Amino acid sequence: MSQSKNNNEYLLEVKDLKMYFPVTRGLLRRKVADVKAVDGVSFSLKKGETLGLVGESGCGKTTVGRTINRLYKPTAGEIIFQGEDIAQLPEKELKPVRREMAMIFQDPYSSLDPRQSAGNIVGEPLIVHNITKNKDDYYERVERLFQMVGLDPALMNRYPHEFSGGQRQRIGIARALACNPSLIICDEPVSALDVSIQAQIINLLMDLKSEGDKLLTYIFIAHDLSVVKHISDRVAVMYLGRVVEITTPGELYNNPLHPYTQALLSAVPVPDPEIEEKRERIILEGEVPSPLFPPSGCTFHPRCPMATPECSKTIPELRDCGNGHMVACLRV
Amino acid sequence: MGRLLEVKDLKTYFKTDDGIVKAVDGVSFYIDEQEIVGVVGESGCGKTVTQLSVMQLINRPGRIVGGEIIFEGKNLLEYEQHGPEMRSIRGGKIAMIFQEPMTSLNPVLTLNQQISESLMLHLKMSKEEARKRAIELLGLVGIPSPEERIDDYPHQFSGGMRQRVMIAMGMACNPKILIADEPTTALDVTTQAQLLELMKSMVEQFKSSLVIVTHNLGVVARYAQRIYIMYAGKVVEEGKCKDIFKNPRHPYTVGLLNSVPRLDVEGERLIPIEGLPPNLTQMPPTCAFLPRCPYATEQCRTQPMPELRPVEGEGHKIRCYVDIAEVDNVTVKK
Repeated sequence: MSQSKNNNEYLLEVKDLKMYFPVTRGLLRRKVADVKAVDGVSFSLKKGETLGLVGESGCGKTTVGRTINRLYKPTAGEIIFQGEDIAQLPEKELKPVRREMAMIFQDPYSSLDPRQSAGNIVGEPLIVHNITKNKDDYYERVERLFQMVGLDPALMNRYPHEFSGGQRQRIGIARALACNPSLIICDEPVSALDVSIQAQIINLLMDLKSEGDKLLTYIFIAHDLSVVKHISDRVAVMYLGRVVEITTPGELYNNPLHPYTQALLSAVPVPDPEIEEKRERIILEGEVPSPLFPPSGCTFHPRCPMATPECSKTIPELRDCGNGHMVACLRV
Repeated sequence: MGRLLEVKDLKTYFKTDDGIVKAVDGVSFYIDEQEIVGVVGESGCGKTVTQLSVMQLINRPGRIVGGEIIFEGKNLLEYEQHGPEMRSIRGGKIAMIFQEPMTSLNPVLTLNQQISESLMLHLKMSKEEARKRAIELLGLVGIPSPEERIDDYPHQFSGGMRQRVMIAMGMACNPKILIADEPTTALDVTTQAQLLELMKSMVEQFKSSLVIVTHNLGVVARYAQRIYIMYAGKVVEEGKCKDIFKNPRHPYTVGLLNSVPRLDVEGERLIPIEGLPPNLTQMPPTCAFLPRCPYATEQCRTQPMPELRPVEGEGHKIRCYVDIAEVDNVTVKK
């Protein structure tokens, strides 16, 4: 797990990751089907990069995040983190990995233990991983973490319910930073917050990237395309357990290639009535199908305005369309 | 276009252990016939309570303590909350769609029972007529094979489909005004786009007016003709949608516009509004936005809450001593 072992330029490589959740029935819990939450996702992440994962509910974006953090044991595929495949590591050997990888959760109300003080919540990882030498060192570090996320260290002894939503999310971020990780998986970190508070948290996350001892790498999971586009260096669009397009935010907005990406972009309104008047709108028919019975071939074909009969037979591979713009579509 | 609804100086207060919460404190607004109006604000600004007050759906500890709600020449506040007049308006002439389609339908009644109820009550239809009309309505809002699904229960539908059912229920009696309170917040973006388009076409078809209550500036920019921006129980800026987005004049509006990441702008740094919204039980006598306002002057600190005053632009008003258009060095991201 040492840094020297990792001469690779990639911090994280995910190869053909699959995470199926079994559906069981009856007394014997016989497996009757699989929910294919993540079905063959591959991407790589450079040090210091921010990858945005965007998609609608049920597309598997959260499951990707949790599987990388090994909160789930993947059904198949590789997760190469700092040069080591952690996909099938037993629980015991995961502790040092998790020190390097932290997570920020969506709901600042339920992701903090209501019976622990803010200071204890932030400091717990330090104790679990035996990072601090003594009490003074511990308090000093917790204090610094509080300052890093813009909270007054004097609030250390307060409990989560005494904080506002934005402040709670800051506590969650401080907790994630406690072990000085290299990768932080942010799972919808701002979607529960008000607009004016969202911007504070987004700016904080961007500032923290270069502030610590090492360059932070983020996986930023969200359903809000404008937020993802704003914070990410590259964006991966997911649909029903698969990545359909990966590219830079600028390219994604100016030249979206996958029909789903195009529809998703046009569905997000821009706060400017004059631009809105001119924008073309693609309104998709129907809803996202159930991942229990995904459509054959390209999973998007039943809703796709460009679909041909071939789309229902062949699963499109993610391929490079120039300059690292990857698309999984037969029609592009 | 005639005036349909006019609310004057509405005040709705909630009595709590911590003191009186002035959730809506002197809000005035109007809706014209066949108009789409947006009400924008963050949580706790009073946008929902304002609309609930129009419907007289405020229960204890809340109370409408003042103001007038003029609808079709009558002041609705003179009617009893549970009286026959209010009942004929609520759901009949003014209908409302709520934020959570998961919880706003009755789980133990079929769709037929829920949609027919208002048809039989307000339009005096027979059971058979109401059922026929309910099937038609479900078809109109895009529910596939409505004849078969009319006897299903809400849990058999997805979130987007339930919100379609809510729209069908709202439009059932051909209301003059449809109030949609955060109609798409709990839904996915592509479903959100579908439903907003549906609502727009429904109100056009039925010649109704639509009030969209939301925190999403993009949604109002796309659909609304006029908007009201609310902060801490008061309207702080109102005017035509185009004017407000082009020339926002209140510091809060500018702050809101600067703090949302935009799809069409390359990764510029966001300018957040510093600080937190005020505690509604301890409102200062001065402007409620003062502690967070970067443009505050001496006048703001010493004078009471400013009144709404007209500025350039048709019907454009702001509640502020400072006019952003006259301040130098203001960044309004475009």
